[in-house]
Amino acid sequence: MNQVIVPGRRGFLGGTAKLSAVAIAMLAGKEALAAGHAAAQMDSKDVDILNVALGLEWEGINAYTLGAQSGLLQKPVLDTAVRFQADHKEHADTLAGAIRKLGGKPVEPKSLNDYARALKADTLKSQADVLNLAARLELGATNAYLGVIPAFKSPALAQVAARLAADEVMHWTILNSALGRPLPAGGMPFGA
Amino acid sequence: MRKSLPWACAAVLAVQASFSSGADGARGRQLYESRCIGCHSIEDNRAGPAHKGVFGRKAGMAKGFDYSPALKSSKLIWNERTLDRWLANPEATIPGQKMGFSVPDSLDRADIIEYLRTAR
Repeated sequence: MNQVIVPGRRGFLGGTAKLSAVAIAMLAGKEALAAGHAAAQMDSKDVDILNVALGLEWEGINAYTLGAQSGLLQKPVLDTAVRFQADHKEHADTLAGAIRKLGGKPVEPKSLNDYARALKADTLKSQADVLNLAARLELGATNAYLGVIPAFKSPALAQVAARLAADEVMHWTILNSALGRPLPAGGMPFGA
Repeated sequence: MRKSLPWACAAVLAVQASFSSGADGARGRQLYESRCIGCHSIEDNRAGPAHKGVFGRKAGMAKGFDYSPALKSSKLIWNERTLDRWLANPEATIPGQKMGFSVPDSLDRADIIEYLRTAR
């Protein structure tokens, strides 16, 4: 597990500055609302996709909480998990902000117990189990984000989804390395 | 010319049958693990509903999942044909639903559907 790279944590101010940049891009997308009802319907579909994505981020945040609380993670893996969780919190903030700006209502997280049940947290018996679960979720989220990009009506939101997918790939790659697994064979292994 | 029509239908059915029986559930499982697992699992509701028993079930009926009104009021029964339409284009199949993900390749869809058939 000592191959794990532990990047420095980002400060909250840095995260807020990034969120503002994303929010500006999303506000540009909202100009379409002024074009009439059809455009409003398109944005409504984007809101639905964003809310599904927000559901994924809530799950990711809670999965890392379950991992951290399990007592199975040791330093520096624990620090990395906390850092990844912070990324997912930033993703959730970004998505929730975009949903509100588009006139939608962000989906609320479920209870930690609900996530524990759905993710079968009671089966986690080792650090490797936790990392396997995290890697599986990160890969799933990567492919989910890549898969919904063509469905967005707003190019700005499609770009946000691509940026989120890139973060998930970064997480997956580090987790995969920590598990001692090889890189995928061939190019373009994600989203297919 | 008219007499050839039944033969044409028979040929189409034969192709459909071979397509159906040729679907690869093992590959479908891999595709499910790669593409669907971000939101779904067989056993539990996550961002998307659980898939256990989805084949043959009425749409919008996974216990405990908060469906869109569009999906909940749909009359669709999930089978090979309806799942294929859904995975190819969810919004065209049930307008107002919430899934933004699709599976463009028909062979991929067939294999995923074959896997879902076994998810009981």
